[in-house]
Amino acid sequence: MARSLKKGPFVEYTLEKKVLTMNEGVKKSVIKTWSRRSMITPDFVGHTFAVHNGNKFIPVYVTENMVGHKLGEFAPTRNFRGHAAKKDKGRK
Amino acid sequence: MARIAGIDLPKNKRGEIGLTYIYGVGRSAAREILERCEIDVNVKVGEWTDEQANQIRTIITEEYKTEGELRSEVQLNIKRLMDIGCYRGLRHRKGLPVRGQRTKNNTRTRKGKRKTVANKKKATK
Repeated sequence: MARSLKKGPFVEYTLEKKVLTMNEGVKKSVIKTWSRRSMITPDFVGHTFAVHNGNKFIPVYVTENMVGHKLGEFAPTRNFRGHAAKKDKGRK
Repeated sequence: MARIAGIDLPKNKRGEIGLTYIYGVGRSAAREILERCEIDVNVKVGEWTDEQANQIRTIITEEYKTEGELRSEVQLNIKRLMDIGCYRGLRHRKGLPVRGQRTKNNTRTRKGKRKTVANKKKATK
């Protein structure tokens, strides 16, 4: 079920704070985060996030098109490399 | 016969059904349109007067996004998902189900015809 509009988008508070302070200052740096559940707001555009996928951090450069998605959507947690060689499958 | 939004409507179907031959008009939209034109949903497409057909035509061309325009919008939405590299985009790229369905079996609509694997044990397919 979709989130109630009344509440507004969910962004981890600490993460939002970090982004806003970075927006005020000039310097930009990669923000490391575990908060895959945070919605990307327009403030995030132009920053790079290192989003945890359970194993390592995946760098995600946020563009305008990504607003409204969650950070986790850009850091896949599973990496399917195809089936074992013996019964290799012709799956693209 | 009645030609709306570049589509020939089947003349011996009920209006409610006939309108759904237009891409972008489903059952509920068809009903709504007919209701606004004060045409009974059971009247066959071929029995519409020219005046009624025109009324429907103007409503559809002015207020509904149909056929090519709608198709290209859908394609653009999918393309956006693919370009930003999000999970849904990746699933579209691979031609796998997008909304979290299982892929152990079934999902033939998305995956297409079965691609049998040569060396697989005598499987009970």
